Amino acid sequence: MTTLFYIAAAVAVLATVLVITRANLVHALLYLVVSLFAVAVVFYTLGAPFVAALEVIVYAGAIMMLFVFAVMLLNVSADAPLRVPPSAWVGPLVLVAVLLAELVYGIGLTDHALHAGEVGPQQVSAALFGPYVLGVELASMLLLAALIGARHIASQPETPEIEGPRPAAAGSATRAGDGGEA
Amino acid sequence: MAAVSLDHGLILAAILFVIGFVGLLTRRNLIVALACIEIMLNAAGLAFVVAGARWGSPDGQVMFLFVLAMAAGEVAVGLALAIRFRQSLGRLDVDDADEMRG
Repeated sequence: MTTLFYIAAAVAVLATVLVITRANLVHALLYLVVSLFAVAVVFYTLGAPFVAALEVIVYAGAIMMLFVFAVMLLNVSADAPLRVPPSAWVGPLVLVAVLLAELVYGIGLTDHALHAGEVGPQQVSAALFGPYVLGVELASMLLLAALIGARHIASQPETPEIEGPRPAAAGSATRAGDGGEA
Repeated sequence: MAAVSLDHGLILAAILFVIGFVGLLTRRNLIVALACIEIMLNAAGLAFVVAGARWGSPDGQVMFLFVLAMAAGEVAVGLALAIRFRQSLGRLDVDDADEMRG
């Protein structure tokens, strides 16, 4: 297990260095996903499988999806080619191959040395909704505030100079109203 | 399970945090700056989980969940700000937002 930890740690450090050195934004996000996967493997080797699953689902899934949607909304593809060239596949593929080899090796372990010091989801949930229940409520309020704030900040301003073709399409009043709301 | 020492886990968290901080200082793209903040938050959560694993306590994982929720809220607001930044200034260079002379 120590070997798995050190290999995953090396992958995490290498991928994170590549995140901050890539000039292409899409390549940097690609390496950031690899880095988050490597940290998830580190969590698993530390005996925290619940947090490792959440790292993959929430960080590499939801948060990176937000990043990719923002990149698409910002039309960064005008600056960089949208199709990733095959020469850019090599780095993430090698790093992910190391993580896959670790995963196969970890599944192949038949003894229960992997789960010797594990703190499972039951203990985490019992702590989360026991002494930390106030923190859960605060986190829910924080997420609601972030939802409303993000919707308010990202919404179109009411000034009509950006919406140039709006008066030309004033014949369809309902559709123009929907466009203003969206 | 005590094979991985506490020091090495914390050193890994420190390395990841410093890499994110260097990226935050050196890159000028707003999206990359947000990604570097994510790296730093992730490193802080890693330190919590390492410390929790050292004493076999679920508290570290609970704190990581709170860090996760905070990172999700932060990145939602940050990316909304990035979209408004691009719409009003036309670029994603953080040096363009110097009207306050900060």
